[in-house]
Amino acid sequence: MNLDVISSIMTIVGLSTPILLAALGELITEKSGVLNLGVEGMMLLGAIGGFAGAVLTGNPWLAVIIAAMAGALGALLFGFFSLTLNSNQVATGLALTIFGTGVSSLVGLSFTGRIVAPFGSLFPAVLSRDPFWKVIFGYSPLVYFALIMVVAVAWFLTRTRSGLILRAVGENDHSAHSIGYSVVGVRYAAVAFGGAMAGIGGAYFSLVITPMWAERMTAGRGWIALALVVFAGWKTGRLLIGAYLFGVLMWTEGFAKGGGFSAFLPIAQSIPSQFWAAMPYLMTVVVLAIISSRPSGGGNAPACLGKPFLPSN
Amino acid sequence: MRLRLEKRPEPSRLMLVIAPIASVLLTMLIGVIVFDALGVDGQRAVLDIFVTPLLASYKWQDLAVKAAPLVLIALGLSIGNRANVWNIGAEGQYIIGALCAAGVGIAAGANGGVVIVTLMVLAGVVGGAGWAAVPAVLRTRLSVNEILSSLMLTYVALQVLGYLVGGPWKDPNGRNFPATAPLQPDQTLPILVPGTTIHLGVLIALILPFVFWAVMARSVFGFQIRVVGSAPHAARHGGFDSKQTIWLAMLIGGAMAGLAGALEFTGALKKIDLGFPSGYGFTAIIVSFLGRLHPIGCLIAGIMLAVTYVGGQLAKISVHIPDATAGIFQAMMLFFILASDIFVRYRLRIVRTQKVAPAMVPGE
Repeated sequence: MNLDVISSIMTIVGLSTPILLAALGELITEKSGVLNLGVEGMMLLGAIGGFAGAVLTGNPWLAVIIAAMAGALGALLFGFFSLTLNSNQVATGLALTIFGTGVSSLVGLSFTGRIVAPFGSLFPAVLSRDPFWKVIFGYSPLVYFALIMVVAVAWFLTRTRSGLILRAVGENDHSAHSIGYSVVGVRYAAVAFGGAMAGIGGAYFSLVITPMWAERMTAGRGWIALALVVFAGWKTGRLLIGAYLFGVLMWTEGFAKGGGFSAFLPIAQSIPSQFWAAMPYLMTVVVLAIISSRPSGGGNAPACLGKPFLPSN
Repeated sequence: MRLRLEKRPEPSRLMLVIAPIASVLLTMLIGVIVFDALGVDGQRAVLDIFVTPLLASYKWQDLAVKAAPLVLIALGLSIGNRANVWNIGAEGQYIIGALCAAGVGIAAGANGGVVIVTLMVLAGVVGGAGWAAVPAVLRTRLSVNEILSSLMLTYVALQVLGYLVGGPWKDPNGRNFPATAPLQPDQTLPILVPGTTIHLGVLIALILPFVFWAVMARSVFGFQIRVVGSAPHAARHGGFDSKQTIWLAMLIGGAMAGLAGALEFTGALKKIDLGFPSGYGFTAIIVSFLGRLHPIGCLIAGIMLAVTYVGGQLAKISVHIPDATAGIFQAMMLFFILASDIFVRYRLRIVRTQKVAPAMVPGE
C-alpha cells in the first residue's frame, strides 16, 4: 500500500475520533429525551481540563479522567437548570456553550505556551512505528477507546435492562414515571455521560492533535457531533460510519490546502483554501438535508427529545 | 411538609419584571464570591464590569455603539424564539450583511452620498435575510433542523469573509493585511453627536424596539407569532400556517442581523477584517432572553450586555482579568434568566403532607 494512503487514513481516523466520542455521549443523552446543545462548550471544558490535568499531573491517563470530569461537570450544570428547574433545553444548551467557551479561555490563560507529553502507544514500537502496521496499531489510545465505546454504547442500548429503561424514559417519560422509574434521575445520568464523553473528545484536541492549548480549539466540532447524531438516525452503528465520513471531509481540507488535488485536477489550484475550509460545514448541511427529507428521516428521534418532564402528580 | 410547584393560571407579570433584574444581581453576587476565591478583588471587578460604565459619562458613547447591534439582532431573534424557531446563526447573517454592504460600496466606486449609503444598508438587510432564507427553506421543504443548519452557515460565512477580505477585496494599500480598504467618508453613516462615535445606527436601534413593540402588540402577525410559540395546536386550528411562521421568523431574524452588520460596518468600523465578527450574533441570543423576548426588554438588555462588554475592558485594566470573563458573566445571566422562567409560570407552595396511608397506589 502507498505510504500516502496510510498517512491519509491515519489523519482521517484522527479527525473522526473527537466527533465520534462527543457524538456517542450526545446519543445517550438524546436517547434519554434530553437535547443538550452544549456539546461544543463541554468539549472545550474537556480540552482545557485535560490539558491542565496533563500539565499538573504529568500523566495523560489522569488527564483524560480529569477531562471527562470537567465535561460531566458542565453537563450537570446544564442538567440542574434544564432537568431540575425545567428551563428551556435549547437555550440552556446554548448558555452552556457560551459558559464553556468563557471558562476554558479563562482557565487556559495560565496554560498558554505550555506543552504536554504525548500519549505513549499501547503497542510495541515494532507494530506502532512500522510503516505499514501503524495504520492499525499506531494511534493514540483514545482512538481505540472510542471504538470500544461504540460497541459498548450499542450493547448498552440494545442488550441491557438499563439501556431499555433509558430508551423508555426518552420515548415515553410519563409511562416510565408511572411504573416507578426516576425520569429525572435517568436523565441526569445520561446527561453526565454525554458530558464526560464530550470532555474526552475535547481532550483529544489538546492532548493528541496539538499537545498545547489554544482558545476555541475545538472549532465547532461539537456542533458537527450534534449533526452527526441526527445523521445517524440515533443509531450507534451509523454514528461510526458518519464520524469517519466527516473525517474524510475534514481531511479533504488539509489535502486540498496542501495542493493534493492539483496533481490530477489542475483547476483545483484556482479554488481558494476557504472553500475547502467551509466544506465540512456545507456538507453537514447537505447531508442533513438528504437525511431529513427522506420519509423516515427524523422519525427515529426519541419521542420526548427536548421536552421538559413535568409529572402530573 | 414539602415544597411543591403549582402552575399559575397566568404568567406572573411581577415575576416577568423581577426575574431579569434578579438574574443580573445573582450573577453579580456570584461574581464577587468567585473572584474573591480566585484572589482577585471581587467587589472591584464586579463593580467595574456592571456599574462603572453606566456612571462614567465618557464611556456612554462606547455603550451606545456596542448596544446598537446587540439590540437590533436580539429584536429579530426574539420573534423566532417566541415562535420556537431557533435561529442561532445570526452571527453569520451579521457577517453576510456587512459583506453585502461592502460589496455595494465597492461597486459604487468613488460615488457616495445618502443614496449609496442607503443602498449599502439595504443590501445588508437583504443579504442577512438571504443567508437566513437557506435554513428557512431547508426547514420548511426538507424538515432540516434550523439550529444546526443556521449555525453551520455561520462557519461558512466566516470563510466567505476570509476569502473576500484576503482576496478580491483586499486593500491594495494595506501592507498585504487581510482587510478591506477603509470606507471613504461619504460612504459612511452620519455621526449624530459631533465629537463622539455615536452614529445613525444607534438612533435606529433606539427607534426600532418601539416599532417592533407596536407591531407585535397590535397586528395579527404579532398575535400569530405568540400563538404559534405558546400553543402550536391552537395555532394550527386557528389557521396559522406554521411554515409561514418559520419563514417570517427566519427572514426577520436574518434581516435584522444583516442590518446590524451593515450599520456596524458603515457606522462604527468602516472596514472589514478578520476581526469583524465579534460574537454579537451569539450574545444577542442572551439579550433576547434577558429582555424576555420583548422589544423594549431587548433594548434594556442590549444596553445591559453592552455594559458588561465595556466593563470587561475596564476590569481588564483595573483588576487584570481577561476578556473571556465577560463571556462567563453573560452565560451566567442566561442560565439564571432561563431558570427563573419557572417562577413566572409556576408558584412555589408549601404543602403539608397528610399522614394518611393510601388505600391503593394511585395510577397517575
